[in-house]
Amino acid sequence: MSVNRTPLIYINNVYFGKEVEKEKVLNISDLDYTSIKKKLTDRDISCRELTEYYIKNIERKKDLNAFISVFSDTALEQAQKIDRKIEQGTAGSLAGLVLGVKDLLVIQGRKTTCGSKILSNFVSPYSATVIKKLEAEDVIFIGKTNMDEFAMGSSNENSFFKPVKNPHDATRVPGGSSGGSATAVGGDLCMAALGTDTGGSIRQPASFCGVVGLKPTYGRVSRFGLVAYASSLDQIGPVTKSVSDTALLLQVISGHDERDSTSANKGVPDFNGSINQNIKGLRIGLPKEYFSEGLEPDVAEAISLAVDFFKRNGAEIKQVSLPHTEYAIAAYYIIATAEASANLARYDGVRYGFRDESAVNLEDMYVKSRTKGFGSEVKRRIMLGTFVLSSGYYDAYYLKAQKVRSLIRNDFESVFKSVDCLVTPTSPTTAFRLNEKVDDPLTMYLSDVFTVSLNLAGLPGISIPCGSDSNGLPVGLQLIGKPFDEATILTVADFFEKHFVE
Amino acid sequence: MIYEPVIGLEVHIQLLTESKIFCSCSTRFGAEPNSQVCPVCLGMPGVLPVLNKKVVEYALKLAIATNSKINHRSIIARKNYFYPDLPKGYQISQYEEPFCEFGSIEIQVDGRESRKIGLTRIHMEEDAGKSMHSESYVSENESLVDVNRCGVPLLEIVSEPDFRSSKEVSAYLTRLRQIVRYLGICDGNMEEGSLRCDANISIRPQGQKELGVKTELKNMNSISAVEKALDYEIKRQIAVLDDGGIIQQQTLLWNANKNIVEPMRSKEYAHDYRYFPEPDLLPIVITEEWIEQIRAKMPELPLVKKQRFMSEYQIPEYDAIVLTDDPSVADYFESVAKKVKDKKAASNWVMGEVLRALKEINCDIKEFSLTPDSLAEIIQLVEEDKINLKIGKKVFEECLSTGASPSKIIKEKGLVQISDKSEIYAIVDDILTKNPEEVNLYLQGKEKLLGFFVGQIMRETQGKANPKTVNEVLKQKLNDRKN
Repeated sequence: MSVNRTPLIYINNVYFGKEVEKEKVLNISDLDYTSIKKKLTDRDISCRELTEYYIKNIERKKDLNAFISVFSDTALEQAQKIDRKIEQGTAGSLAGLVLGVKDLLVIQGRKTTCGSKILSNFVSPYSATVIKKLEAEDVIFIGKTNMDEFAMGSSNENSFFKPVKNPHDATRVPGGSSGGSATAVGGDLCMAALGTDTGGSIRQPASFCGVVGLKPTYGRVSRFGLVAYASSLDQIGPVTKSVSDTALLLQVISGHDERDSTSANKGVPDFNGSINQNIKGLRIGLPKEYFSEGLEPDVAEAISLAVDFFKRNGAEIKQVSLPHTEYAIAAYYIIATAEASANLARYDGVRYGFRDESAVNLEDMYVKSRTKGFGSEVKRRIMLGTFVLSSGYYDAYYLKAQKVRSLIRNDFESVFKSVDCLVTPTSPTTAFRLNEKVDDPLTMYLSDVFTVSLNLAGLPGISIPCGSDSNGLPVGLQLIGKPFDEATILTVADFFEKHFVE
Repeated sequence: MIYEPVIGLEVHIQLLTESKIFCSCSTRFGAEPNSQVCPVCLGMPGVLPVLNKKVVEYALKLAIATNSKINHRSIIARKNYFYPDLPKGYQISQYEEPFCEFGSIEIQVDGRESRKIGLTRIHMEEDAGKSMHSESYVSENESLVDVNRCGVPLLEIVSEPDFRSSKEVSAYLTRLRQIVRYLGICDGNMEEGSLRCDANISIRPQGQKELGVKTELKNMNSISAVEKALDYEIKRQIAVLDDGGIIQQQTLLWNANKNIVEPMRSKEYAHDYRYFPEPDLLPIVITEEWIEQIRAKMPELPLVKKQRFMSEYQIPEYDAIVLTDDPSVADYFESVAKKVKDKKAASNWVMGEVLRALKEINCDIKEFSLTPDSLAEIIQLVEEDKINLKIGKKVFEECLSTGASPSKIIKEKGLVQISDKSEIYAIVDDILTKNPEEVNLYLQGKEKLLGFFVGQIMRETQGKANPKTVNEVLKQKLNDRKN
């Protein structure tokens, strides 16, 4: 262990009051937190250096538009505090993890815009439960990441703060709605990030950006402080550079919360124990409905290579069927929009957020504030959701969609009697071009075709990088687990990440 | 044509829980506007509701008291509408599968046989805030909102359209208010809005099965206002129909100053509340054990208490009804009755002196300065002939104004009754000697004058003479003179 090391990054060429000449580059772009953590405890590197490194990267790659706000000042202060804690041996389990937070999660005293004009100046008076938990483990919050407005979108083009770009190809989308988080991690603007997933919003952008993204089981992570899009589907999860980082983060953010009645009162297993395990004898299902038309040949090819890999390493591969898959998108867009129409009613210009001052009376204030404050996709979904709940249509839409939801849940329940997890592509395509689908919402919605069913069934799912297409764009592989069995999919994902060679 | 009114009620009661239904903010009435709020009841982005268990317990009490069928699983729903005093843009309430159904409340009108009013359902919901439009501190082009009331727990009690007169309605409201006070779940104060009542009312020719077109009556701040408003509306509807007109379905507000109903001023939208199950809250699950736990803790209800008072204390039904009207008065009476031999005397004292005094000083019996022990002492002193009833009432007043104990007052003021015959003989002799004319008249047959002599003697003794002894001795002495 080197004790007499020199500082690696300097601000204004001054470090501890001493003039220095040159700047040394940190070679950490390929490292995940698990590896960096070792360097931190060995004191090869400091939190402050790491934080400065990422702040610089954010500045350098501003054009990716991954962040809505950056906490340059406080992040450095926080980093220094944690450096002292590391020195004293009192640091938390995620000390020095430089984290981006999707701007749908509230942090006390910080703007939480939800990617919307209507909340563009909203400062939260409280912090989300996950934020408090991470704070307690000495995570460094570097900023709030860009997103589709109120998490509605699959390309991150629906942000009031302009689209996010894919770190692998700036002419392409990063996916959505947690596009800022995926780009930030994929573009090395932070070590990891938090996203939220309502219909695929963590997994699809993770897939497009070549990073790991996990949606935990519904109820695993408290939603308190997650600005609701569709309450029965929303779930917070990590976006990381490695599966073991995902396990580390999941460990901390999981668990029952008295403030969230839908958070499960279940014990949290040791997710770190799922890392570096074997997959021998594991039964992996391939749902045939996920390998049908619409799947890009390059994606299909990458997934089949992965399946071969699992087979070679002792897993038992089984063809299974989830017969109601084709109704998932329809059911999703009814349930999610119905809930959203109520969840977004509070943005009315009365107490906080944007208010159109030209309004002449109450109704006018509502109409003008909401018309000007929301973007078109959000308005489309509010109208859709209002319609499906309205009297005379409730049974035909909302109630029917709930029935479909039960059927989809039953589908999974029955296949999980014979398999331990499922393997599918995360998305039928790799990252598409900016503007390619903006005028065609239905095609856009189909980009979630492999991810929404999990939200409807409440199941955990992880997307991990699985090779690339002919353009060199990352392909994502999705693993689906039984309820509250994140452990199994973490094991499979970690094994794949560590042993698969293209 | 003879018409029959058909009335159903929706009553909202504010529950007396210390904290709100979905957050830990205080429910205290009358606090500084917007001082009892938090991110949850303000509907800030990202917050979630957590159901206050006390609210469920209170609802269970009312369900048991009304013999309702408790649903072991009930669904919480969102009722969607926009209004500035509703921060989330929806009210958390119940719709399909409510907390309980099919209960009833027994009422009695004008001494007729009692009958049961059916309850369609009882469900829980959150209150909205308060909008201020015309108060002096609100300028003309603005409205203000006080969010303190947001999230105060309510129970909505929906009756069947079982009422056929306004009298039945007021009997029901009186009984319901009595029940919730007995249960200690609501203070039943209509003026402060902790008990609110809306009525649906229609009329139909007597004998007709089909219901007429109904109107909804709101803004009635007392039971008598409800009765007046209903009577007004019944007359109005009859007049419309007799004129060959048709009733318009509408919401009407009772104007207590003008004693008329008026159509609601604002545009009445045909609201589509778009109810759907609240995804942030799990269904409420009520186990048999929980019901039994609450049942075991149930207080005695008014009708049962009334019957018990009649049999246990042998007091008339009228007394029992008056004494059980308010549970605190009933408790007070029982404490007194347990200590005295003459239970009817206890009843008379409480119904008479105590209730009158409470009314005079505008005081709640819980804060009444004269304890049941002191009152029992007074009654006992009367029972034991130590003082007479008149002195007893004097002592009662003294106790109230000075706070001293009855025995102390009697001792200090020398109020002990004169029952000693020899002492009374002397006084009687003295009075008779001083009034020879009256004695003569009496002896000639004007026996009414007995009262005059009694009065004179009582004045002489400052009321302390034992009236029974005085009568006895007086009659004896007068008789002596006859012979």
